[in-house]
Amino acid sequence: MLGVVRKKMLGQSLLKIRPAVSVLRSYSSSAKHMTVRDALNSALDEEMSADQKVFLMGEEVGEYQGAYKISKGLLEKYGPERVLDTPITEAGFAGIAVGAAYHGLKPVVEFMTFNFSMQAIDHIINSAAKSNYMSAGQMSVPIVFRGPNGAAAGVGAQHSQCYAAWYASCPGLKVLTPYSSEDARGLLKAAIRDPDPVVFLENELLYGESFSVSDEVLDSSFCLPIGKAKIERVGRDVTITAFSKMVGHALKAAEILEKDGIDAEVINLRSIRPLDRSTINASVRKTNRLITAEEGFPQHGVGAEICASVVEESFAYLDAPVERIAGADVPMPYAANLERLAVPQVEDIVRAAKRACYRSVPLAAAA
Amino acid sequence: MALSYLRSSSSRSANLLRPLSSAASLRRPISTDTTPITIETSVPFTSHQCEAPSRSVETNPSELLTFFRDMALMRRMEIAADSLYKAKLIRGFCHLYDGQEAVAVGMEAAITKKDCIITAYRDHCTFVGRGGTLLEVFAELMGRQAGCSKGKGGSMHFYKKDSNFYGGHGIVGAQVPLGCGLAFAQKYSKDESVTFALYGDGAANQGQLFEALNISALWDLPAILVCENNHYGMGTAEWRAAKSPAYYKRGDYVPGLKVDGMDALAVKQACKFAKEHALKNGPIILEMDTYRYHGHSMSDPGSTYRTRDEISGVRQERDPIERVRKLILSHDLATEKELKDIEKEVRKEVDDAIAQAKESPMPEPSELFSNVYAKGLGAESFGADRKELRATLA
Repeated sequence: MLGVVRKKMLGQSLLKIRPAVSVLRSYSSSAKHMTVRDALNSALDEEMSADQKVFLMGEEVGEYQGAYKISKGLLEKYGPERVLDTPITEAGFAGIAVGAAYHGLKPVVEFMTFNFSMQAIDHIINSAAKSNYMSAGQMSVPIVFRGPNGAAAGVGAQHSQCYAAWYASCPGLKVLTPYSSEDARGLLKAAIRDPDPVVFLENELLYGESFSVSDEVLDSSFCLPIGKAKIERVGRDVTITAFSKMVGHALKAAEILEKDGIDAEVINLRSIRPLDRSTINASVRKTNRLITAEEGFPQHGVGAEICASVVEESFAYLDAPVERIAGADVPMPYAANLERLAVPQVEDIVRAAKRACYRSVPLAAAA
Repeated sequence: MALSYLRSSSSRSANLLRPLSSAASLRRPISTDTTPITIETSVPFTSHQCEAPSRSVETNPSELLTFFRDMALMRRMEIAADSLYKAKLIRGFCHLYDGQEAVAVGMEAAITKKDCIITAYRDHCTFVGRGGTLLEVFAELMGRQAGCSKGKGGSMHFYKKDSNFYGGHGIVGAQVPLGCGLAFAQKYSKDESVTFALYGDGAANQGQLFEALNISALWDLPAILVCENNHYGMGTAEWRAAKSPAYYKRGDYVPGLKVDGMDALAVKQACKFAKEHALKNGPIILEMDTYRYHGHSMSDPGSTYRTRDEISGVRQERDPIERVRKLILSHDLATEKELKDIEKEVRKEVDDAIAQAKESPMPEPSELFSNVYAKGLGAESFGADRKELRATLA
């Protein structure tokens, strides 16, 4: 009932209501902070404001203000023609969004989590990713599929999978994995402006985390390049690659390792496809040791690709075997202690780094 | 069970020979004459949740001649593709449309190039209807540079975006939500145009179709879902695949119309009606009762699940080209010889296009890596042996 009344009221006016984040735009010299949630919200807001063709579609993105409040305030500001609540039919609405992109619009499709993207995966791969190639350039698909990816807390096996490796294996897609608020703003803006289909993998547990942001990041023209990793921490002894939540873990691991005299270089991948192989290899050629960290299943994962790349390009520089830290090779359990064993912890990264530096002897494999 | 219409064919042919308007006693020039003629469709339309349009269709000599020529061209093109496939010049999949030409041709007569069409893999004739050339068709089928997708798509992936033809899709049913998305964009841009999303009786059971239809009805999208019911989903007859084969009714709350898909004028009338409806009231379903002479694809003889009698029966009683030929002759719009000359011309056009297509080279090896992205950002891509073959995507 409320929905009907609201729809009528919003039908006419497009009130410009300032998003909550505007209070941070004072351009003073004091350090500003922003949560990842606000970063994503402000990026969506600015891109929708700048380009009429951008619209948002997904379950609960409108009247509910977003299942995770990422789209808060956008329905009020842009109206129901540009912020669309869909039924719970991923295959249908993802297909509709791709069709709209064929015709020149710029859809941003929200999956409540990427687990549900599997319902729509044919449209992501066969309708979106491959179209520009199959049509020899006639049908570009400027669409963004975004939403939380990977494990949350206690949500069980069907709601915890990381899809980075699956999507990143497909030519024609771009796959981005923001970590900080700067990443979230810059990469989402880049994704929306990009003429190709982008899979934008957020993380539910990061939404509430606050990061400092410079004035440059807050400017509405801010954009990060797609395909470039960021060196979050410069180091000499071992390279740790990570993306999304694992970047935080890797940075904490680096602090612990520092106390043991190991100086770790932490690379925030930011982009899984295209993968910044040159930054990774340059780092490994400097440190000679590599740990890959990811949340997803280990077999055929992102770390496997990074390891192969380093073996192919920088074999002579490796002083130790490449170590992979990944989610456990099991469906995600519910019990808290088992979940803790299934998701990489900071100490896992620390232990692997020490192994790579020959500071500890690896345990024999258990049966 | 699938072909009860055969029994009423005798009354239909009687209708054809009885022109409703006063036939001109003088022969008029055939190609540009736009004097209106009214002709009745073979059968009345059957409707669901709406009032059917009249079965009296306005046409003119020029249009009927165009129908004849276009369908003859499409027919010849598909038959030639059959030979090329058997000569191994066409590889992989090849799904032929001969028998169904009236749907492509009748639809184009009712719409403009601002309206969008999207279909599945049986797309050669639909592409030609949208303005694609024979050279683009044959070159693409043979994987050559002059193909509409520069040889990179193949039979199932013809596109012509400048005429709002969006393919050409290999995944059964996927084109329907995509088509509803095109309609969404048309409404968003306030285009006053509509989208025709074509699918087969096999695809009609796909879940995503109902998902897209639900959203289209909720959001009043100008989407026209056209079921080209040729009564067989590959080798499975419709009664074996669908509990309810009344595809025009399957939209439930969405209105539908059942149309004789072998009658180009009926198709035109239905599409005109559907376009008006969709612009005002949102989605509508058209079920085209049609038939394919070939099997599902070139690897299917098409006779293990249907009788040869059935196929030849349809050819004799309901062929869309013969129907228009009889109309033209009975209304004295052209002589038999003139029509035969058109068929000869068309045959030559097809042969010339094939010869030209054969001259077109295969794509350059560097094309392996082109168009992966619209904006490559300098990303790397690799061949089978990445130390041997790699490229930077522009």
